[in-house]
This record gives sequence, C-alpha cells and structure tokens, in this order.
Amino acid sequence: MASAPSKLYSDDVSLVVVLLDTNPFFWSSSSLSFSQFLTHVLAFLNAILTLNQLNQVVVIATGYNSCDYVYDSSSTGNQSVGNGRMPSLCATLLQNLEEFMNKDEQLGKQEPEGRIACSLLSGSLSMALCYIQRVFRSGLLHPQPRILCLQGSPDGPEQYVAIMNAIFSAQRSM
Amino acid sequence: EDEEENLGLEAWERSYADDRSWEALQEDESGFLRPIDNSAIYHAQYRRRLRATARIQKGLIRYLYIVIDLSRAAAEMDFRPSRMVVVAKQVEAFVREFFDQNPLSQIGLVTVKDGVANCLTDLGGSPESHIKALMGKLGCSGDSSIQNALDLVHGLLNQIPSYGHREVLILYSALSTCDPGDIMETIQKCKESKIRCSVIGLSAEMFICKHLCQETGGTYSVALDESHFKELILEHAPPPPAIAEFAIASLIKMGFPQRAGEGSISICSCHKEVKIGVGYTCPRCKARVCELPTECCICGLQLVSSPHLARSYHHLFPIAPFDEATPSLNDLHNISRSTCFGCQQSLLASGNKAGLCVACPKCKKHFCLECDIYIHESLHNCPGCESLR
Repeated sequence: MASAPSKLYSDDVSLVVVLLDTNPFFWSSSSLSFSQFLTHVLAFLNAILTLNQLNQVVVIATGYNSCDYVYDSSSTGNQSVGNGRMPSLCATLLQNLEEFMNKDEQLGKQEPEGRIACSLLSGSLSMALCYIQRVFRSGLLHPQPRILCLQGSPDGPEQYVAIMNAIFSAQRSM
Repeated sequence: EDEEENLGLEAWERSYADDRSWEALQEDESGFLRPIDNSAIYHAQYRRRLRATARIQKGLIRYLYIVIDLSRAAAEMDFRPSRMVVVAKQVEAFVREFFDQNPLSQIGLVTVKDGVANCLTDLGGSPESHIKALMGKLGCSGDSSIQNALDLVHGLLNQIPSYGHREVLILYSALSTCDPGDIMETIQKCKESKIRCSVIGLSAEMFICKHLCQETGGTYSVALDESHFKELILEHAPPPPAIAEFAIASLIKMGFPQRAGEGSISICSCHKEVKIGVGYTCPRCKARVCELPTECCICGLQLVSSPHLARSYHHLFPIAPFDEATPSLNDLHNISRSTCFGCQQSLLASGNKAGLCVACPKCKKHFCLECDIYIHESLHNCPGCESLR
C-alpha cells in the first residue's frame, strides 16, 4: 500500500522514530554503560528537536519481553513534568522508560542459556511502521519520516520472517 | 477548456467550480448532515477481500500470460481516453504489483490484432522490459480471436517446467470472437494442460468467456469503470488457489549467485556486453548475469536471492484476521484498551463513546481500522504478537 503522493513541508522537517534496545542481558555485559548510552541519546533527541520547530521525535523501547512507546514529542501532556533540574523531554522519557523496564522485568524471569538472548526488534519495528502510516494519513502536509534502530542485542533467527516483512513494507511505503 | 470557463468566476468561486461538495454528505440517524465516513467503507471492502482469501494452498511459482485485445473495439472511448490506453496503464501497474508479490514468477505479453495473436514479450522476470514493449505497440484494428490467443499461449506454456503454475489473463474489449476452428476443442486442450484462464471484460458479459473460465477454474469479471477495472486486475496479483493435481510437493533446484567482485571484468550472458564490477555469477556454470531473479542462459538454472524468497513468506505464513471488537465501558478507562496498540491513535469516537476497533485473536491487543488494513495488506506482522516473547 504505497503512501499517497502528498506534499511534504518545504523545509527539512523530519519525524524520527528511535527504537531503543533495553535488553538487560545485553547491557549488563556491554562495555558502554546504559546510563552513558542514554546521555548520548538524549543529547541527540534534543538536537533534533532544536534543529527545526516542527521536527517530531517518537521513542519506542525494544525490551526483552515486550515493546512499548516511551516518548512522543507531539503529545501535549509533556509540559507538566519538569523538576527544574532537567528539561521535560528528559524527565518524561526517563520516567516512562523506568516504568517500562519494571513492567518488562515482571513479565518473565527466565534467563537464557549460553549466549545473550535477542530483544524483540520485530515488534518495535512493526509499531514504528504503524505509527508512520498514521502520519501519512494525517493530511497533505506531514514531516519526512524515518526510523533509527539503536540495537545491541544479537539477531534472533525466529524473528527473520517478521523483520523481512517489515523491511519490504517499509520499501513499499517509500 | 475548463480553465477558460473558470476565468469568468471570482477566485473563491473557482475553488468550488469542480467541487461537488454536496455529494460528500450523508444523513445520520437523527437527520443531521455529516461528511461521509470513508474509513468504515474501506474497512468493509477490506473485510470482504479478506474473507475471499481463505487458508488454502497457493501456487507461488506462476507463469502468467496477459492477453491484450487490440481489436477495433479497444479504440472505443467509453473509458477515458480510450479502452486501450486505460488497459495499458493498468497493465503497467499490475505488472509491478505482480512482481512485488510473486518475485519467483514470470510474465509474458500477447496481443490480438486483426484476428491474429502475436507474442509481444517472452516469459521473463523483469518488469521494465514488458512495460517498455507494451507502451510501444498500442495500435488497434480488426477483429479479436480468443481461439488464436489460447492456441498461441497453450503452445508457449507447454515448454515450462512441471512445478510451475500456468495461467492466462485475457483483457477482452470486443463483443465477439472470430475463430478459425472449434473453440470448444481449444478450451478442452487448455483444461487438459491445466492452464487456468481468467477473463476481465470491458464491454459486456459473454457466454464463451464465462464458459472458458468455468471449465479451467479461472475467474470472469466485467469492469464497470476505470477504478473498478483497476480493482479487478489487481485481484489477480496475489497467488490463486493451487489446482489439486498440481499441488504435489516437488524439489526445485535454485541457485543463489554471489555478487561479482569489484572491478572484475567479464562479458555478461544476457546483453553480450562487457561489464565491470556489477552483476552476479551463476554458481553452477559461472556465467555472468546482470539482474535477479532470472534463468541462467547457459545452464538453465533458476537464479534468485534470499530476499526474493522472503517476499513470498507472507503467503505461506499469513496472520489471522482480527476480530471486530467494541470496547466495553470498563475498558475505556484502561489506557491500553482505548488507544490503538500499533499507532497510538485514540479508539474513542467523538464524545468519548466507544468507536469501531478490532482485536488480534492471539495477543488480544486492540487496533484501529486503518492499522488493521495496513497490517493485513502490507506489513503481514501483528505488532502485538511480535511484541510478546
């Protein structure tokens, strides 16, 4: 289902959907710590939002047992959460991320044998594509969408078909 | 001419000159006028399409001939600008969609003009060569002949390997057929060779087309206008149900060529030209080919790459249709039930009432109607099921 030939903004307005890998089994054995990684990601998201007033950012967390949206810059409920020391983007995102990771941990406790287990990239990729289709439907003027996957966990062979389907669907929407 | 008429109007009048905005309204149950809600209509159409494609074995390696009628009836102007131009445009869209959904299959084009059937392009896997050939040869004249077309296609399809599914799609504009012999014999021959013939008519229903399709197991439909014709022709893009005798599992030899090294120079076997760096090498005979999927000219091996096979997986592993669901009043307070799991759109209709939505039977997550259509027609993954370990 190709996107309709609709008008984009004349400037370089983009919608960036970031898929964050939060697999605890990977992060516990990585040389870069998760908090350092988050610092860089937050700086990047701030930079995108500063570059153009109309830019949008959506963050989806790719967990070990589940995936969920943790931040959407276009939703209006963000302004209230600010504790004076951090801008509201960081505060909202970190709060939602912490809630997500607690829920994710509750959903299943078994540890994988041997090698590091994969995270659910196919789930967050599918959710990102559904969100982008909604942006295409929203009217004639919409930002240029793209997906950025920040992935550290290895690939899971059981996700091959789903990821290939997502890739072909993204190709057709271009 | 439209611009000249509009120059006499004011600028604000011009924007309404072609706009029949009263047609986009309908009455709701209390007598108020509301804009037509297209999303429910598209969703109903999509549900009808989904029911039609039940879970049956399908033929994935298809050899399809498209027969285009270029008799004088194709120059009729009831389809704007003429039937033949509309047919050519929709065949181009169909060819691209066909290769997108069936990367391992091949198409050939046949035209019927002055009562004679000619093979315009041979069976091949590259959409560009078919489209270029079609756009060059669009003159119409003379009578049309179904028997000649079927005889030609029958001879051509006899040469393909036995695991392939043989199909013909006839795009018929004329109301008659001038045949040299007994067309019933030809239909019998096609039936015995297991060729599945389908017809899309542009004028009116004809008995002989209906009989042909019934005998060979194809579908017959008549287009009412251009958008209906587009819908009908695109219905032939997904693989049809496999004929029972054909559906025996057999092993097919395929080659997965490696990309030729950077800077390697050789003569490609398809164009007989020197190529540097680009192209693939057949694993069996080491001949150079330019693009995939194709059949190696030297040793006849089917050459494909793994993404081509992966494009067909959604036919083999389809996802279950979602069930219609109306969230109950309790659910609406639960945030996870009042927004679509895929796109986070609110599932509440205006006034905080429950709107139409669907739910996956396996993971029980709720989705909006537009995500339902996108997931089943393009994405082929349920985001809810993929987000569960």
